[in-house]
Amino acid sequence: MDLNYTDSEQAFQAEIREFMAAKLPQRLADKTRDHKRLTKSDMEEWHSILNEAGYLTGHWPEQFGGKGWNAIERTIFDEEMTAANGPRLVPFGLNMLAPVLMAFGSPEQQSHYLPRIANGDDWWCQGYSEPGAGSDLASLKMSAERDGDHYILNGQKTWTTLGQHANMIFCLVRTSKEGKQQEGISFILVDMDTPGVEVRPIILLEGTHEVNEVWFTDVRVPAENLVGEENKGWTYAKYLLVHERSGIAGVGAALSGLEHLKHIAKDQMKDGKPLLDDPFFASRLAEIEVDLSAMRTSNLRVTQAADDGAPPGPETSMLKIKGTEIRQSINDLTRRALGPYAMPFVSEALDAGYNEEPIGPDYANPIAVDYFNHRKTSIYGGSNEVQRNIISKMMMGL
Amino acid sequence: MDFNHTDDRRMLADMAGRFVREQYPMESRHEAAKSDDGFSRETWSQMAGLGLIGALFSEDAGGFGGAGFDIAVVFEELGKGLVTEPFLANLLAGTALTYGNETQKTVLENVISGESLLAFAHSEPASRYDLAHVETTAKTSGDGYVLNGNKAVVISGDTANYLVVSAVTEGNEQNEEHISLFLVPANSDGIHVRSYPTVDGYRAAEIALKDVAVSADALIGAEGQGLSIIHDVIARGTLAVSAEALGAIEIAIDMTLDYLKTRKQFGVPIGKFQALQHRMADMMTEREQIRSAVINASGNLNTPERDWNISALKNLIGRSGRMIAEESIQMHGGIAMTWEYAVGHFAKRIIMIDHMFGDVDHHMEQIIKLGRAA
Ligand SMILES: Cc1cc2nc3c(=O)[nH]c(=O)nc-3n(C[C@H](O)[C@H](O)[C@H](O)COP(=O)(O)OP(=O)(O)OC[C@H]3O[C@@H](n4cnc5c(N)ncnc54)[C@H](O)[C@@H]3O)c2cc1C
Repeated sequence: MDLNYTDSEQAFQAEIREFMAAKLPQRLADKTRDHKRLTKSDMEEWHSILNEAGYLTGHWPEQFGGKGWNAIERTIFDEEMTAANGPRLVPFGLNMLAPVLMAFGSPEQQSHYLPRIANGDDWWCQGYSEPGAGSDLASLKMSAERDGDHYILNGQKTWTTLGQHANMIFCLVRTSKEGKQQEGISFILVDMDTPGVEVRPIILLEGTHEVNEVWFTDVRVPAENLVGEENKGWTYAKYLLVHERSGIAGVGAALSGLEHLKHIAKDQMKDGKPLLDDPFFASRLAEIEVDLSAMRTSNLRVTQAADDGAPPGPETSMLKIKGTEIRQSINDLTRRALGPYAMPFVSEALDAGYNEEPIGPDYANPIAVDYFNHRKTSIYGGSNEVQRNIISKMMMGL
Repeated sequence: MDFNHTDDRRMLADMAGRFVREQYPMESRHEAAKSDDGFSRETWSQMAGLGLIGALFSEDAGGFGGAGFDIAVVFEELGKGLVTEPFLANLLAGTALTYGNETQKTVLENVISGESLLAFAHSEPASRYDLAHVETTAKTSGDGYVLNGNKAVVISGDTANYLVVSAVTEGNEQNEEHISLFLVPANSDGIHVRSYPTVDGYRAAEIALKDVAVSADALIGAEGQGLSIIHDVIARGTLAVSAEALGAIEIAIDMTLDYLKTRKQFGVPIGKFQALQHRMADMMTEREQIRSAVINASGNLNTPERDWNISALKNLIGRSGRMIAEESIQMHGGIAMTWEYAVGHFAKRIIMIDHMFGDVDHHMEQIIKLGRAA
């Protein structure tokens, strides 16, 4: 056992830390730390700064223009970036579609789409869920019917995160009603400018526009946009879920959330003393630190095992459950740290250019909405109930 | 023992419940919340006409209720509709006025009839949940006082005609025995009100008082005797928001149960999954625990056990209420995260009530201090 990073890993960590200090624009770091709304161009700016340095696709294999980082390096990068308050990267093209194209896409698809993802020419969104197909994704209905060298798409996707910014969507569609549900699903790439595609906003409970419905009415998609083979889409989607281990625990986000919470608890006074010194508060904070410290190592264990070639297993599900629970408990304690000042909410104050005096402490405004918004993390990406089913079935044979 | 409400109270609950159910749809609630006032004045006077404000005050004060159980039944029904009309602010400040002089009692009568609105301007930017923390000063000047200070998160502070303001008198030291309450017209010179919405769709304000001159008869009760009035006010307010949380909890649970029976995944209603069934059972159990705690607090509003029971109730709301709010969202899945589907609004209210008059930890601390085993 050796609980330290190797020398070369430490050198890598120092390199990334230096890069963040030098190249992450203060404006973006402030916005991220203060939970301000990032605009599309903010996200594109950060994306392109990272791409210029080659870090954006550092985890891609060298043959596709990446640096071929292993899982540990990738974890180090994620932790350092979040610790520095770098804006979270939009994962749909970079981390979700790209690995599928590398594994199953045609050479033409790879050479066309992968550089466009890296360069930010395309903004991808994920079209999996439908109103009737959430946890039971395989029951999806949106149809794709072959018509000469095109597919005709009809149906509806929903919960499409940041679809309002996207020009491309990758969809799971039904190409066959024969046999098992999973065996009639295909994976297809759709240009959202195609006639018949309509994006409608869904407003979340805190009033933000983050997700959308995407409707398809007789949308003609070239057959060459099919990824891999017809009716094999489920395998590709699963491949992605299983291989997408890195980052699922959200350790970096938890660490920076905890920092912010401590900063707030030092500033908030209770009975003339910082809240941080209050025994009730301190014990809740300590409990989170205990959980996080253990999870950080759990995450590294799973990551190291991946680098050592272990096949992916249900450990990912454990990281998903524990990781979201820890982050949600940080959000919960942060709202409570504010006392009555958790209540005011001025939505416009989350946009750049808002110049009025804050109500209460300057960090207060986004905290409660952030708590509510993060309830989503135990619902999406395979709900925590579904993850528990995976653990009990796959790992424990129940 | 008898756990039934009196006939009068049952009628009161039925009437309030029917009004909320039939005449308070969620869309118009959101509409009103977005309007300048943050609520509908028309609805407010209808509710006043039904006696829902009068029910919160005793006959002496011009009402026809005022017992813990009256407050609880009204607020439970208000919670079922997430009613934004300013019941809470008027209960708080109105309770303070029951300790006032004849003129002040006349103001309360106008509140009960729905003509005047009050707000309770007590908490301050640095007071957190400490009721005795008052930095606002009241200096004697001629035969009156001059008020200076800042009041924070004053519920419905933007629409009130009158404010009940706490301030330290006599030497202006920060000392609990020097806290006094004043009734101040909201349009007095030197009062600056900054209004804003709250996360859960209600309205509050930051209120700055700068050299606000009031006459001697603005004092409520005796000088320096404000803190015990404040304790009564906050006990009633805490009972009220807790009962309101109970109402919101009932709806959140009903909606979740209904959804579990209708939403199908994997070919069956999701309520068939035992992983969800047991949690639903826990939610029901906690709801009944909360209902019992509301009864305990209501029945002890005028006994020496008041503070213990109020803190027990509020601790439970912060603990089990949170569990129910979060589980209601989780068991619905994505749909609960949307503005359009109401359960999220109920969850927001339940959680935000944890931030009023002391959260789960604050009340645990009070319970330990009071040192009485249940
Ligand atoms: C903010 C947000 C962003 C999203 N972004 C995207 C996106 O970009 N692209 C996309 O395709 N999707 C996205 N999703 C959709 C997300 O993946 C689904 O919400 C998720 O799969 C759950 O499906 P559902 O909402 O239909 O809930 P349901 O599947 O209806 O589940 C309801 C409840 O039942 C539970 N449940 C279901 N089955 C079982 C079972 N067998 N055993 C025990 N409990 C069970 C669930 O855990 C949940 O608690 C997003 C969702 C949200 C909230």
